[in-house]
Amino acid sequence: MSRRTLTDKLAILSDAAKYDASCASSGGERRDSSDGKGVGSSGGSGICHAYAPDGRCISLLKILMTNFCIYDCAYCVNRVSSKVERARFSVEEVVRLTMEFYRRNYIEGLFLSSGIIRSPDDTMADMVRIAKTLREVENFRGYIHLKTIPDASPELIDEAGKYADRLSINVELPTERALSDLAPEKSATGIRRAMGAVRLKREESREVTHTGKTRARFAPAGQSTQMIVGADGADDRAILGQSANLYANYKLSRVYYSAFSPIPDASRMLPLVKPPLMREHRLYQADWLLRFYGFEVDEVAGKGMLDLDLDPKTAWAIAHREAFPVDINRAPREALLRVPGFGVKTVDRIIDARKRGAVRYEHLVAMGAVLKKAKPFITLPGWAARGLEAADLRARFAPPPEQLSLF
Amino acid sequence: MQIVLPVIGTVAAWRDHVRRLAAEGVAPEAVRWTVGEGARDLLAADLPRNEGRKLSITREALAEIETALCHSDPERFNRAHALVLRLNDGLGWGDRTDPAMRKVLEQAKAVRRDIHKMHAFVRFREVPTDGPRRAFTAWFEPDHRIVEAGTPFFATRFGDMDWVIATPEVTARFDGTLRFEETIDTARPPADATEDLWRTYYASIFNPARVMVKAMQSEMPKKYWKNLPEADLIPDLVRNADARVREMQAREAEEAPARRLAAARAMAVPDKPAPEAGSLDALRADAAGCTRCPLYAPATQTVFGEGPRDAKIVIVGEQPGDEEDLAGRPFVGPAGQVFDEEAEAAGLDRRQVYVTNAVKHFKFSPRGKRRLHQRPDMAEVRACNVWLQSELGLIRPKLIVAMGATALQSLTGKGQDILKRRGGFEEAGDGTPLLVTVHPSYLLRLPDPELAKVERAKFRTDLAKAAEYL
Repeated sequence: MSRRTLTDKLAILSDAAKYDASCASSGGERRDSSDGKGVGSSGGSGICHAYAPDGRCISLLKILMTNFCIYDCAYCVNRVSSKVERARFSVEEVVRLTMEFYRRNYIEGLFLSSGIIRSPDDTMADMVRIAKTLREVENFRGYIHLKTIPDASPELIDEAGKYADRLSINVELPTERALSDLAPEKSATGIRRAMGAVRLKREESREVTHTGKTRARFAPAGQSTQMIVGADGADDRAILGQSANLYANYKLSRVYYSAFSPIPDASRMLPLVKPPLMREHRLYQADWLLRFYGFEVDEVAGKGMLDLDLDPKTAWAIAHREAFPVDINRAPREALLRVPGFGVKTVDRIIDARKRGAVRYEHLVAMGAVLKKAKPFITLPGWAARGLEAADLRARFAPPPEQLSLF
Repeated sequence: MQIVLPVIGTVAAWRDHVRRLAAEGVAPEAVRWTVGEGARDLLAADLPRNEGRKLSITREALAEIETALCHSDPERFNRAHALVLRLNDGLGWGDRTDPAMRKVLEQAKAVRRDIHKMHAFVRFREVPTDGPRRAFTAWFEPDHRIVEAGTPFFATRFGDMDWVIATPEVTARFDGTLRFEETIDTARPPADATEDLWRTYYASIFNPARVMVKAMQSEMPKKYWKNLPEADLIPDLVRNADARVREMQAREAEEAPARRLAAARAMAVPDKPAPEAGSLDALRADAAGCTRCPLYAPATQTVFGEGPRDAKIVIVGEQPGDEEDLAGRPFVGPAGQVFDEEAEAAGLDRRQVYVTNAVKHFKFSPRGKRRLHQRPDMAEVRACNVWLQSELGLIRPKLIVAMGATALQSLTGKGQDILKRRGGFEEAGDGTPLLVTVHPSYLLRLPDPELAKVERAKFRTDLAKAAEYL
């Protein structure tokens, strides 16, 4: 094998990293470098420095330390049985790329993941060394997200949490069964145990000791995870049920859904079809409804699959017309949150405006409401709900049948 | 009257003028605001005047108005001037049904977006320098007049380097101190070698199977592309995406060389020796995969008992709680701490006893980001009894302590009347003496602190009785 240049390695190891959906860099600890002794800041809402033609935000340098891997997970481009080209960065190379990209304002920081080489502990130790060098040698104050290796030792996870803003462990698949079929070396219990340990450490780090000192920081921007959608037979209800459980159990900041997409040199166990992007989108919408709008899993996905033609809130409203129309000037917050076309901000603005007098139909646009969606479901001065009983209500929201075209 | 605001410090100058105009009672519609050069209108004597006043508006309102003043709309100064006077007269802030207020809020939002895009899309290029710090330069073209409001961000982020951000109108310079000047030199900085690495990254991180050009352009509109080194890659990436996906689908998966596969698989198998058959560790390993009742699915892990193989006393609780579920160890949460404190006070050394639970998975109902404890039902207790009996069968303790109704139910078949039975000795199924007491979480739930104190003392007395078996 000829010696690879830094450019070759970067091409291989970012190509290998693109199946991780997360690129978030928000939250966490407030830091800056106004003292002139380092570089970087973090803690506000993250910044997307570029967008790829796949519509995804590029906020972090998202790379694998190496794509050599001893595991054989069918859905993964880096599995041992794949003939994909392999490469490995040195610690210095990752540090240099991160710092030079950061100084040119290309990125918010580093999202480092890795194939498993030799052993989980060896791999994790190398990743921790990169984060430590960035923090302690380069005085880097930007964002670091480390993908933790589930079976790494607690001491290494401790160190990782000290240098990283966010830790994540992917549950990979929605069911234990699918995981054991497609990722024979991974264990669902091992993954959940690791997430449990991270939650405990985060909570400990926020407690004040008996002597009044605050403890060492530990992953201040929390932990997240990712599930691949469409590689196994799990329905949306199972997926969202798993998410609700993960949010409650491990207080995750986010669950990411990643539509399974064809990978180079793919295993024949998997469907090599177009990635189910609309399904992925609907899952994100439903996830939002669970977390911020007071919906339960069975309300949005009681039928098993989400409606691909309608957003899950509109689909729920059409199936529950008895709950409408909602009186904008009287309804409680929970009822307003269930109106299609109303976001949390709109609802808060309505409640605020009600204190000053009756809200009228023509005010709603200024408050950010999407009236095209909300119209049939609301009543207020200047508007009487119409068409709620119409048999073709669904047809009015669902997109017309459309010929698929390639871009 | 025409007022010419300076190019640098526009907003601050506007504020000073408005304060003065209000004191003099000048009506907003009498003022013509411009920025930079402009003929001065000195015929101020005939201005329509109202009663003079001192202005006071909320900090929130002022911040939002000042943000909106960075907008490029020429009407913004008059609009804000009028709005400030109305706010001063008692108009409530934030009412979006007021057209002027709504316009200001919308323009502030547009300015914030422009600033956000500046923070995102400025691309520094390294330039040679004689100084001790590295030096970088960028050229950026904003929609609005945001350089002064948008660049302090770069000063806190890039504190250890010298940098310049030039825009068509204003240039920001930082060398430890941030300064602004009118732009004279509009030359773009020369390309930087690291840009090629960045372009490699941009092309490689793109997934050709998920082309969504509209989504990209709504966040990274074409107007920014000319100053983004990666943007000229976009047309080819999009054009070739489909062919790349088809190629991936068509290519048959080839197996990697057999030798490498074998070596990797050997490494992937953990080389932990299997625990000795019939030992506590073997039992623990078996229980780790237990699916005898549905409680395993939402929980993190089986929480098995812990303590010496030859313990004289086995303490049995109800089930693991939130923290035990995460840590995988029994009695480490709040109830466990109560137990530890009282056991120590009663002379019962936790390291000498074996502690376990009647049910080995945490039963809970999720409430958003919290988990509420739920008592296990009969079927679950029965399903889990096999593990408890196996633990007791291996350890053969001199005494079992049943804490709470669930443990009592599991060990004697009867969980009622716990408060009547507590403190008394009974027998487990195989005749082992069994001491009954309450569960420590009961002590935490008592609302009356006096009663809690009394109950804690009784609990300690019970544990002291157990300690005699050590």
